[in-house]
Order: sequence, then structure tokens, then C-alpha cells
Amino acid sequence: MSGINNRKLVIAVIGLIILMLTLIGCPAQQSMVGTDDAAQKVYVAPGTYDEFYAFMSGGFSGQVTVHGLPSGRLIKTIPVFSVFPENGYGFSEETKPMLNTSFGFVPWDDAHHPELSQTSGTPDGRWLFINANNTTRVARINLASFETDEIIEIPNAAGNHASPFVTMNTEYVVASTRFSVPIPQKDVPISTYKENFDGTITFIRVDPESGRMTIAFQIIVPGFNYDLAHAGKGPSHGWAFFTSYNTEQANTLLEVNASQNDKDFVAAVNWKLAEQYLAEGKAKDMSASYVNNHMNGSSRIVETEKHTSVKVLSPKDCPGLIYYLPTPKSPHGVDVDPSGEYIVAGGKLAAVIPVHSFSKMQKAIEDKLFEGDVDGIPVLKYESVVAGEVQNPGLGPLHTEFDGKGYAYTSAFISSEIVKWKLGTWEVVDRIPTYYSIGHLMIPGGDSQKPWGKYVVALNKITKDRYLPTGPELAHAAQLIDISGEKMKLLLDFPTMGEPHYAQGIAAELLMKNQTKMFPIEGNTHPQATKSEAESRVERKGNEVHVYMTTIRTHFSPDNIEGIKLGDKVFFHVTNLEQDWDVPHGFAVQGALNAELLIMPGETRTLVWEPARVGVFPFYCTDFCSALHQEMQGYVRVSPGNSSVAITYGTGK
Amino acid sequence: MKALCLSLILFSLLLAGCGGGGDETSKQPDTGKTNEYGLTDFEMTYGIGPVKKRLFLGQINKALAKKGENIFATKCAPCHKLDERYIGPAQRYATERRPPEYLMNMMLNPDEMVKRHPEGKKLLAEYLSPMTYQNITEEDARNVIEYLRLTAQEGHENNIPEVPLYKNQIQKP
Repeated sequence: MSGINNRKLVIAVIGLIILMLTLIGCPAQQSMVGTDDAAQKVYVAPGTYDEFYAFMSGGFSGQVTVHGLPSGRLIKTIPVFSVFPENGYGFSEETKPMLNTSFGFVPWDDAHHPELSQTSGTPDGRWLFINANNTTRVARINLASFETDEIIEIPNAAGNHASPFVTMNTEYVVASTRFSVPIPQKDVPISTYKENFDGTITFIRVDPESGRMTIAFQIIVPGFNYDLAHAGKGPSHGWAFFTSYNTEQANTLLEVNASQNDKDFVAAVNWKLAEQYLAEGKAKDMSASYVNNHMNGSSRIVETEKHTSVKVLSPKDCPGLIYYLPTPKSPHGVDVDPSGEYIVAGGKLAAVIPVHSFSKMQKAIEDKLFEGDVDGIPVLKYESVVAGEVQNPGLGPLHTEFDGKGYAYTSAFISSEIVKWKLGTWEVVDRIPTYYSIGHLMIPGGDSQKPWGKYVVALNKITKDRYLPTGPELAHAAQLIDISGEKMKLLLDFPTMGEPHYAQGIAAELLMKNQTKMFPIEGNTHPQATKSEAESRVERKGNEVHVYMTTIRTHFSPDNIEGIKLGDKVFFHVTNLEQDWDVPHGFAVQGALNAELLIMPGETRTLVWEPARVGVFPFYCTDFCSALHQEMQGYVRVSPGNSSVAITYGTGK
Repeated sequence: MKALCLSLILFSLLLAGCGGGGDETSKQPDTGKTNEYGLTDFEMTYGIGPVKKRLFLGQINKALAKKGENIFATKCAPCHKLDERYIGPAQRYATERRPPEYLMNMMLNPDEMVKRHPEGKKLLAEYLSPMTYQNITEEDARNVIEYLRLTAQEGHENNIPEVPLYKNQIQKP
């Protein structure tokens, strides 16, 4: 071959290579790049972690679900106000009391607003609070164990919706009445609403060390519907803001009758002044019935305390405690910007978003720019407190979160979109559709002083065509939207559990370092704990039989039990002797009407079993624990009531 | 032809440069000279785990042995008896079968011991249940050693026979 031919061949080959690379690109990258680089932005490679935890309320499920962001992966369900078959919450004897209320055991409630504890106005990763809307309560979830540690009932309340928003250092968690009711409750005609119905705003004190909650005080307020809240921060620290609607005080067909007034109110509550009035003895003791349920840290048994009295302040006796800020058309969300100066109210029927100014409010109070009063609460003039109005904010503006870079993001329910606007100029700078009918939205840290302004999550009410159809009920859809640039970009759709109302997000690194991996067996103070196999035993006390049982990979001790009789009530107190991360054992016995147990390493849990038939019944481990998990079983013999079979038990004999 | 070869090499390099394909060479920690199991001489004799130096045991310390007995009852006894083959081997004469460093590494790092150490693998094949991690501190493991030394001494004093590690070691009458 000649040199010229060779050269031509080389050029041809190189040309071909370039052409191929241009056409096909790298095969691995090709599959990663769609029309955008969205897939890469939400891809969390196997074995690596998400950047944020997102805590979503379960709404009517009564639970909290935990998702990783940006992947959207569901990583945990935390039972709070509902029994939970996955881990026996509300079924085991130790956890049943957590769902006690003054009305009795409530197995299922409606949970709306998760709220992270804060220190200096930023999420600190210690606790997550959430409200029960129906049977009015606030729960505190421990973010080291991802378990509900405490639930406190709110007396003199109904529909605890504007809850549980925290003050800057978690001094207080707030609660309120969405539904005004007779306080104290009494038998009156519903049509006497205006004379007999009141609202309350409640401040729950949080112990800075233990997190334990107590009702510090309640304020009796006019009988409107108090809807949402947020506490002040920075200059507005010491205040908390509550939206209200139904200032018409309708008691029927609120759809029409509570939408008559042009303006309802944001209630601004000076809680620092309330503390002063409390110290001066201005509060009255009112008899009330409520409970506080708390999990003991070492026995891991929930204890219920009953309370019979609460301190109540009346605005009439406490000048300056509350001011009303007129706010257009049945406002829903009330959100305070990171600086603490602006108070944004989402009027769900309004054509604009009004933004109140805290400094203007203070000046107006000083100058007494009132347009009237309601039951002793001064109503400030709208013009004297409003900083600006966001024009054309979308239809049905509800909630606002902040990115910490001078922008606010408001959800618009009716027009299904998120609207981005600039604080100070109030101009809309961007908008993006959501799918569909967005309620709350969440930026990690987006209601604190230091938002991680990277993503916003849209929490939508209607799903329709987003996933494979699953009959009449569809998983609610969330959308992850990139807000790091000028324009919002949709990155990901992901399903959620129940109905997330609000959500909270926090940098993962703040929680990861504090995780509980097991409960030290030495520290287990449960009175029925069995801390070694040598102590495992069966004891009869009349017709109660107590089985002190241990589990370890891969057997129960004892695993053969005889001498149980019909009519006995059998308590299986099962202690998991494992001291390794992620090795719970399960316990199930045939015919148990009260489900199963799941026992964490080092923990004791109790299942009550009342055998209804004579025979020999198996029990076994329900959580795959080792290669010999299928061997982890035992038998319990049930004899007739008049039998003389003695109690015997053992393992490996 | 040289140019052709070069461009082919270049092409294959370009393809190889596309992410995701290449195996990452795993970095072995520097553990000195290793054998066919990837273990050092020390690890072969004294086990894999946090105990990396020889221990010097003096007289049996009964106070430490008492602490060790409590740990043993809670964390070991569910699977180990002194004079009975149970989930795992009988323990009375364990300190005479293995060096204390080996036993401590087995208590402190059972997962790696049963997966990587030839003796651990043999035991897993014999007993089938892998030894579990029980969150024992190094100090507690040392106390358990003291307890097991005491049980061996008491065993000799009372002529208690050893239960062998392996079934095929049991003498048939």
C-alpha cells in the first residue's frame, strides 16, 4: 500500500470515530441525560446518602413519613397519633398509653404540621413536633430514635390546627382552636354560637434539656376559627402570629357564611408580655381535664399523667397582649420571613398577598392607629401595618416559604402553581406549575432564619395522572423543584403516604451524628425485663401467667411452655438481648387478638394473650433476623381450665 | 499503520473513559505481610480485630472475673454454656484452646472473624449460627477472659471434662 492510501485510511478512521462519538456519545452518560440534567440532580447512587431529611405529616394517617431529598425515597414511617402494625406502636402494653386522652384511647387521629425544634431561629435536629387536629394534642418526636417520646393533650380546644409552631429557641410550641366551642364545654343550642362559643390560643412550654412539655397558659379569644401560626424571630421574637377566619362567627354553611367579610384577622400575640402577666398573677386557674403521656427513657414504658387545671389569661385583663391585623379574605397560612420583619398572610380567596411589617405594626400600636376593637382586642388599621401587596400572586394563595436569598415562594391552590416573588419590591419574578392543587410547600429550613435554599417541595392534594393508577385512591404527589437558580426547575415527582399537609426539612448531617443504634441492656429498667437467659421463666399469679422471655439470634428462651389453662391471661414480656444495630426480633403467637410485637435491641415489650382454645400453639419471630430465622419458634400448650398440668418451661431440654 | 493503531488506542481510551465501566481497585489497609487469606501472622494466631498486641496476663484477678461473669450471663450465655455444646461452643476451657487476644477479637469483631478468619469459618461451618455482635467494650471482653480463666482452673480442680469444639472429636465409647 502506498503512503497516500495509508494516510487516507487514517483520516477516514479518525473521521469515523469522531462521527460515532458525536452520534452516540458515551453510552453511560447518554442514559443519564434526558431533556435536562434533572435525573443527575436527584440521583443518589447506591450506598450514598441523601443531603436532606424531609419530614412529612401523614394527614389523615396520623403518622409522619421521612423521605430523603433530593431522591424522594421513603426511608421511615414514624407512628404518632395512630396505631402502627409495623412495630406494634399502640398495641404493646408499653406503648398503648401514648394514645390515651381524656376521652379514652384514641387509635387514629389526623396530623397536620410537623415542626422542627429550633435554637437561635434555626432547626437544631433535636425534636420534631406535630399536632393532632381532631382530639387536640401535640406530639414530640425524638430525632435520635425517630420515635414519639411524648404527647400532650390541649384542654379547652377543638380542631388543633394552628399548631405546633415553635418560638426561636423552642421556648414554646403553640396550639389553638380551629373550631371555637363553649369553654368550658356545656350543653347549649348551636345557634347561640355568638354568645357561648370562644377560641383559645395555647402556649406549651418545652423544657430546654429534656424536651418535656407542659401547658404554660391559655388565652381566651373571640370565637373565630384560628387557622395557622408562626412565631416571630429576630426583632419580632417574643411575638406569635395566628390567622383567623370566620370572623362572621357563622355556625352553619361556612362555605358561604364565613366568606362575607372583606377582611379577617391575623392575631399578633405578645407572649413575652403574657409571661409578665402570668408572673403578676393575672391568670385564672380553670379546671380542665387533659393528659400528658411520656415514654420513660430507660424502661421505655409510656406513663400517663392526668392534669386537672390550666392557667388562663383574658385579653380584657391584659392590655397589649393581642392586636388584630386586618387581612383580606379568610387568610390561611401566616409566615414570617427570615429577617423577622415581614409577616406574609395567604388569603385563600384574596386577589393579592398582603405582607405586614412588624416595625410598622409596632409604630401603629405606639400611635394607637386602631379602627376599633373586638372584645377588648384592638384592631389596627390595615394601611398602618401593611408593608406591601404582591399583585397577581396566583389564585388561592395559601402558604409561603423563604430561600434566605431575598425571595419568597407562595403556593397557589386554585391555579396549581408556585409563585416566586421578591421581598421588599413584592414583584413576582417566576412561577412554575405543580401537579395538582398544591397545599403546603416546603424549603428545608424555609420557615427559619437560615433556610437551605436549594429545593422547594410542592405538597399536592390531587394526583390524577401522575402515577400508575391504583383505583379510586391515589398516593398524594410531591414535586421536588430546584430553586438554586433564577428560574425554578421541576426535578422529580414522588409519591407520599397519607396526606402530607406541611413538611419540614433539615440537613442530614445534623441528625446522622446523633442516632440511637440500640438500647443498652444494662440500662433497661423495665420492671419485667429479663436481662439474661438464666432469668427467663414463667410465673403464675392466679389466672395471670407472666412469661419472662428473651430473644437472641436465633432462639427464644423459654421456647416450650406448658401449664397454661383456658381462662388465663398470659403476658409475654419479651426482652431482646441483642446489642447490635438493626437487629430487632418479632413475636407472634397464634390467636392473639392484639397483633404482634417488634422488640428493638435491648428493649422489653409485652403482648397480652388470652387463649380461647385448648391445644398447642406456635409462636415465632416475625422479623427475619439470621440465617436460622425460620428456626426461631416455640410452642405453648393450653390445657382445659380444670386440668392439673403444672407450669413447666425451657429451651433446648 | 502506526497512526491507525494510535487512533484505535485513542478510541478505546475514549470509550474506557466513559464513566461507570472501570473497576475501582480496592485499597487494602497496610497490615504487613499477608498470607493466602489476606491475614498477617499475628491475625492468624491472635485474630482480626481491635486487639492488635499481645496481652500479658498475671494471676487470675477474681474481682475482674466476677465482672466478666455478669457480662457473660447477659451477653454470652444465651448461646454459650460452659460444659455443653449449645448454639455455640462450650466455653469452660476456651482460654486453653485459644490465646486471649483471639478470644477478645472474636467477642469484639465476630462478623469479620467468621467471614475472614480460617478458624472462624471452620466454626461457622460446624455450628451454622454466626456469632453475633453484642456491643461489648474491650474492657468487658478482658473481664470475660478473666472469668473464663477462672472457669478453666475450677474445671481442673473438679475434674470436669472438656466438651470438644468439633463433633468428630467426640470419642465414641
